[in-house]
Amino acid sequence: MSQVKDVLLGPIFNNNPIGLQILGICSALAVTSNLGTAFVMALAVTVVTAFSNLFISIIRNQMPSSIRIICQMAIIASLVIVVDQILKAYAYEISKQLSVFVGLIITNCIVMGRAEAFAMKNPPMISFLDGIGNGLGYGVVLLFVGTIRELFGAGKLFGIEILPLVTDGGWYQANGLLLLPPSAFFIIGMFIWLIRTFKKDQVEAPEFELAKNSQKEAV
Amino acid sequence: MSASKDSIGRTITVAVLLCVVCSVVVSAAAVLLKPKQIANKNLDRQTNILAAAGIATEGKDVQAVFDQLIEKRFVDLSTGKFTEVSDPARYDARKAAKEADTGVKLSRQEDIASIKYQAKVMPVYLVKSDSPKGFDKVILPVHGYGLWSTLYGFLALESDLNTVVGLGFYSHAETPGLGGEVDNPNWKALWPGKQVYPEGSMKPELGLIKGSVDPASPKAKFQVDGLSGATLTSRGVTNLVHFWMGENGYAPFLSNLKAGGA
Repeated sequence: MSQVKDVLLGPIFNNNPIGLQILGICSALAVTSNLGTAFVMALAVTVVTAFSNLFISIIRNQMPSSIRIICQMAIIASLVIVVDQILKAYAYEISKQLSVFVGLIITNCIVMGRAEAFAMKNPPMISFLDGIGNGLGYGVVLLFVGTIRELFGAGKLFGIEILPLVTDGGWYQANGLLLLPPSAFFIIGMFIWLIRTFKKDQVEAPEFELAKNSQKEAV
Repeated sequence: MSASKDSIGRTITVAVLLCVVCSVVVSAAAVLLKPKQIANKNLDRQTNILAAAGIATEGKDVQAVFDQLIEKRFVDLSTGKFTEVSDPARYDARKAAKEADTGVKLSRQEDIASIKYQAKVMPVYLVKSDSPKGFDKVILPVHGYGLWSTLYGFLALESDLNTVVGLGFYSHAETPGLGGEVDNPNWKALWPGKQVYPEGSMKPELGLIKGSVDPASPKAKFQVDGLSGATLTSRGVTNLVHFWMGENGYAPFLSNLKAGGA
């Protein structure tokens, strides 16, 4: 039971795919300019990671190691196409906003990373949960970043006005930088800083030490 | 076990089986969800047509509003007259453009919007009215190449066939935040009231300029602010307006309509 809890909840703060493993940054920059797309993207990634982990884990003992990466890609790609088709059919507006980024889940490092690191070595059920856990970990960061960007960039949350903008006769001067992708870099950086302030064990040992300033001696 | 797992025969079997399963799943999803997706696309199209004409659809049944207000007609671009097509509900101008008998290949000189092929017959949408002219607004489908993609949209004109009611794109893949700002409601709000043609001419003037329009300038009514950071998309929008409003586009049709016989 505790293993289930570890696998499911661990990735949210202790072993966050974005925060600690630094995977899946690219899409986190692109889809977080508002909460709606961030939420759907998080959901889509969770579904894909969970099911790709499940299917890969089921056939892990049959998979020849020489073509295992291609097999994983085939499974992931099929799942992503199915998710994309479903979004197009049932959430057309949002799928238009997410446009290419749904397709790009295929290249999201989290999906592939978990397949190779976890699903290839563990039984199906626990792999499935690991996928959900990592999807949630990704989702938490996406929603965190999305909240900050949409609230301070556009004065809204889920498209509902919270801070009335100066341009619409309110008092809040929106920060346009937050709507551009680079701002997500800063916010994710701060998120990682925040996590590591509380969880000191995530701080990596420095790879080298800076030499002290040395006084040059006279020859 | 592990030795046989990596044998060539086994590798091929696994690969083939996996491909078959995956392709069945993918095609099943695509086929089963197709009707729903097409319905969504149509609805989106109708919403965009209504939005270009400035008709609010929020909270209403788009299909019903559309059927009530809009009349779909077909225009032969070369003669500029209304025409009929064999299967109006399923006529697809994008497909027709590529067929030899229903499309025209544009020469490089004519093709300022970089669309290569153009359908001979285009659908147009009229906002019905009781006035003697029989219509209130005209909504014309337009498309042209931006920076990365072809922008598909609608340009709506008032009954004087010169004043813009609105412009909106329903499909494009320009850079979000830069060229993608063609979807920005603030930018779209700059279009209504602009004029397409100068007095007494059928050569379109309307286009985007770099920076902001000076309202004092005599040309201001033919100019719209360019999109900042998106020179090529802005150029693309100007080109597509010039092309579709020009002599290879709807200009003959609009002159006929103005004269009262199309």
